[in-house]
Amino acid sequence: MNNHLLKVPFGRLLQEHPYAGDYFRSIGLSWKDSLLTPAELIESVDEETMEDAGLSHEQMRTHFLEFMEQASALMKGSRRRLNSLTVIGGTDKNGRAENVELELRPGDIMCIVGPTGSGKSRLLADIECFAQKDTPTGRTILIDGKTPSQEERFRFENKLVAQLSQNMNFVVDLNAENFVAMHASSRMVVDIENTVAAVIECANELAGEKFERTTALTQLSGGQSRALMIADTALLSSSPIVLIDEIENAGIDRKKALDLLVKKEKIVLMSTHDPILALMGNRRIAISNGGISAVIETGEKEKENLSVLEAYDAKILSIRNMLRAGKKIDFGMEEFLGLAEKAL
Amino acid sequence: MKLITVAGPPSAGKTSVIIKTAEYLSKYKGKIGIVKFDCLSALDHRLYTEAGLTVVTGLSGNLCPDHYFVSNIDDCVQWGLEKGFDVLISESAGLCNRCAPHIKGVTAVCVVDCLSGVDTPQKIGPMLRYADIAVITKGDIVSQAEREVFAFRVRQANPKAAVMFVNGITGQGAYDLSFSFDEASEVTSLEGARLRFSIPAAICPYCVGETDIGVAHQKGNVKKMAFKEAVPNE
Ligand SMILES: Nc1nc2c(ncn2[C@@H]2O[C@H](COP(=O)(O)OP(=O)(O)OP(=O)(O)O)[C@@H](O)[C@H]2O)c(=O)[nH]1
Ligand SMILES: [Zn+2]
Ligand SMILES: [Zn+2]
Repeated sequence: MNNHLLKVPFGRLLQEHPYAGDYFRSIGLSWKDSLLTPAELIESVDEETMEDAGLSHEQMRTHFLEFMEQASALMKGSRRRLNSLTVIGGTDKNGRAENVELELRPGDIMCIVGPTGSGKSRLLADIECFAQKDTPTGRTILIDGKTPSQEERFRFENKLVAQLSQNMNFVVDLNAENFVAMHASSRMVVDIENTVAAVIECANELAGEKFERTTALTQLSGGQSRALMIADTALLSSSPIVLIDEIENAGIDRKKALDLLVKKEKIVLMSTHDPILALMGNRRIAISNGGISAVIETGEKEKENLSVLEAYDAKILSIRNMLRAGKKIDFGMEEFLGLAEKAL
Repeated sequence: MKLITVAGPPSAGKTSVIIKTAEYLSKYKGKIGIVKFDCLSALDHRLYTEAGLTVVTGLSGNLCPDHYFVSNIDDCVQWGLEKGFDVLISESAGLCNRCAPHIKGVTAVCVVDCLSGVDTPQKIGPMLRYADIAVITKGDIVSQAEREVFAFRVRQANPKAAVMFVNGITGQGAYDLSFSFDEASEVTSLEGARLRFSIPAAICPYCVGETDIGVAHQKGNVKKMAFKEAVPNE
């Protein structure tokens, strides 16, 4: 371990490693003298204070060095590249073989469709833990064509998967800006100010209704908090794989959201019941009875139909906006939706 | 027999995590026994027996639960050996956030839950700081960003621990944890073993039944507050 860090005065240490102070602040230690070294600071803590903090001098030294090592690994590893993710089928609930081998690459969107309870979440879970025939489905997941090492599978620092879950219950009592800043600092981001601005601007592009940097998280609508989380994951999370359990329709531009994740070279897997999302990817996985029953390429006609559905969706959205603006919806709806001819 | 100590604040999800992990462990490790340490009453034995696990409960009553733990854990090991368990897991709720049942050479787990707030990891003492594995539960209820921040704070409190997310309800992540349990070393006796950190001293008249308040009754290990008022932004 890099023992010399203990002997570098704080003044210089903080210039090279701005996060170095975090460790000490987190245990309530502060210093004023920039010539003081971490070793001296640790030494200055008396036995009783140590005891109260549940630490020992030796442990504090090793923890500090370990923290510094992980922090620098977090910074370096924060742009972990991934070339491919492979899903090799196992069996469904009746033990029937899935007979599939799927390869996904950065920028791919794969939708997972199937009835509720069919096993869509299980597939996401298999990917999350990089199953090696050791989950109930017997599936195997490969990273860059290889079996991931134990290290890659189990160490949180190396987590390749970010999960956008359906429930966005924020338990921290913060505003949007401070929340993103807190996340950014835990990801060792250097330019926190600009990062926060970028995430919030991006979230506002995805959200139907704009919110302020100073809006409390608890005041955000469902769509706004979803948008914030998608922007945050795209711009701040280092994980190259994003699992999404359905993006609701409410107040979020889903096409833009997916485009953003694709642009950031994420591999996106999304379970959905929504036809527009399902047709947006190039392929989709159909699940039934706990197993993958088919992998369907999005065909030409489907792509055409997607544009029709999107146009239709845009119209519904515009009606929503009219409602919001306090307008009446008393015009010829059949004509507006292009159903007039058929109605005749 | 492998021994694992699991500790964590009340309701953090210890029982749920142990049950889900034991499902995997029993598949490839064989017989599993549980010892639940609590102070007043514990209903966990129902959950454990429903899951098909053999469990004994130790109630410390008016003793500090962790003092009670240390005086009994070796007997638990002997019980486990007699029963022929392959793995023995002890569960204890760290009630004062200062105690830790962790023993040198015995795999030590601390369970913390995301809902308890991002500052919690700093407030839990040796129970978290001296654990080999920090398990974070209830990640399903918070956002990805909060999960990442919480994990970071846990790592700040104990940079040496492996940090894992386990969902106590669905069992997601429990396989990963069972894999680490598998690395626990074998024990046949704890005679001569040492705790990783001292348990708070507690020798004063109140320990032995005193109820009167007043200077005359403050004897033994008395610690007085220093009235240093907090300054904003410090
Ligand atoms: N949503 C959610 N709930 C959880 C999770 N893990 C545990 N719970 C719930 O949290 C509650 C407490 O879980 P327990 O496993 O009993 O917690 P414990 O730490 O053993 O509690 P004590 O032994 O009483 O200290 C239960 O209602 C669990 O169902 C989780 O990952 N997600
Ligand atoms: Zn319990
Ligand atoms: Zn006492």
